[in-house]
Amino acid sequence: MSGSNSPKSVRTPLGRVRGLGSSHSGTSDFWRQRLTAVAMLLLMIPVIFIVMSVFRSNQAGVAQVLGSPIVAIVMLLFIVASIWHMKIGMQVVIEDYVHDEKIKLISIIGNNFFSAAVALASIYAILKLSSGV
Amino acid sequence: MAEFALPKNSKITGGKEWPKPAGATQTREFRVYRWNPDDGKNPSVDTYHIDTNDCGPMVLDGLIWIKNNIDPTLTFRRSCREGVCGSCAMNIDGQNTLACTRAMDEVDDGAIKVNPLPHQPVVKDLVPDLTNFYAQYASIEPWLKTTTPTPQKEWKQSHSDREKLDGLYECILCACCSTSCPSYWWNSDRFLGPAALLQATRWVKDSRDEATGERLDNLEDPFRLYRCHTIMNCAKACPKGLNPSEAIAELKMKMVERQV
Repeated sequence: MSGSNSPKSVRTPLGRVRGLGSSHSGTSDFWRQRLTAVAMLLLMIPVIFIVMSVFRSNQAGVAQVLGSPIVAIVMLLFIVASIWHMKIGMQVVIEDYVHDEKIKLISIIGNNFFSAAVALASIYAILKLSSGV
Repeated sequence: MAEFALPKNSKITGGKEWPKPAGATQTREFRVYRWNPDDGKNPSVDTYHIDTNDCGPMVLDGLIWIKNNIDPTLTFRRSCREGVCGSCAMNIDGQNTLACTRAMDEVDDGAIKVNPLPHQPVVKDLVPDLTNFYAQYASIEPWLKTTTPTPQKEWKQSHSDREKLDGLYECILCACCSTSCPSYWWNSDRFLGPAALLQATRWVKDSRDEATGERLDNLEDPFRLYRCHTIMNCAKACPKGLNPSEAIAELKMKMVERQV
């Protein structure tokens, strides 16, 4: 974008500012980022309590604690909220600082893949431990 | 990537130290950014000493004194000299403000450092090129938009609705806020910046306007609006004491309100 915005461009300033127009999006991400922040705030205390309780346990001990449906659901909710929050937050950082359109696109794809992989791995681990399979 | 260093031809080198005014008993040192597009040299910071007994109290008075008595080539914008026109916005001692309303006594002891508004192309010395900034203001279409036929007399507005524009209508478009915003530094080609968004809020909140939805449509964009991360430099910089951050937060709330 900085190239098309150079003072030497013959395009009118208003034409440059209007650019490709408004994308009519962004509010969903803005809202979800706040929603997940509130969710994490509420879930933080039980999650700290759960993590502390299994701090020195072996796998069997952790499986026993996660065997409780409430504990497993709290952990799953926390994973979903925190990784969703992380994904949106990282996207904001990329949009702020990465200006090369190609690198930006690759970074955003990478961010989505990484977040999905971490989320699914965490969910799978919790379910496996919780169900004792 | 965002640029964290100045381009080679923008790096500040040396600078001239002008002699102290003869016979002056009380002086104040000014260090002023200089750049001339015609001589092909890098920018520099010149040092001047002004006679405070022969000069008004404001930083702008000091700059005018330098121009009249020491160096007529020093270039800056000024007009009303009372904080109404916004022409003399510049960076004084590290803060964007108006030179006409910032007293020399308010600046900490030592030299008064004067630079053009940050992160804008420089036309000459303290004059920034605000073309993009003004185009962004034009892009929010800052005029009353109605479909209802124009009434015989004025468009009516209740006192309480008029009060909703307080803290917004006072903006003089000096660009102190936008050029103090890191998000604007990195993305001024797509982020509208605090000044244009505060002005947009002024029209979104105007009870007489009939294009509120279209205005919000036009702003709803990850870059145009949501580059604001509530850093609050804008509110700190505003020489009129306005709070663009709050105005932008109101815009975001309206966006959520019409969706949730």
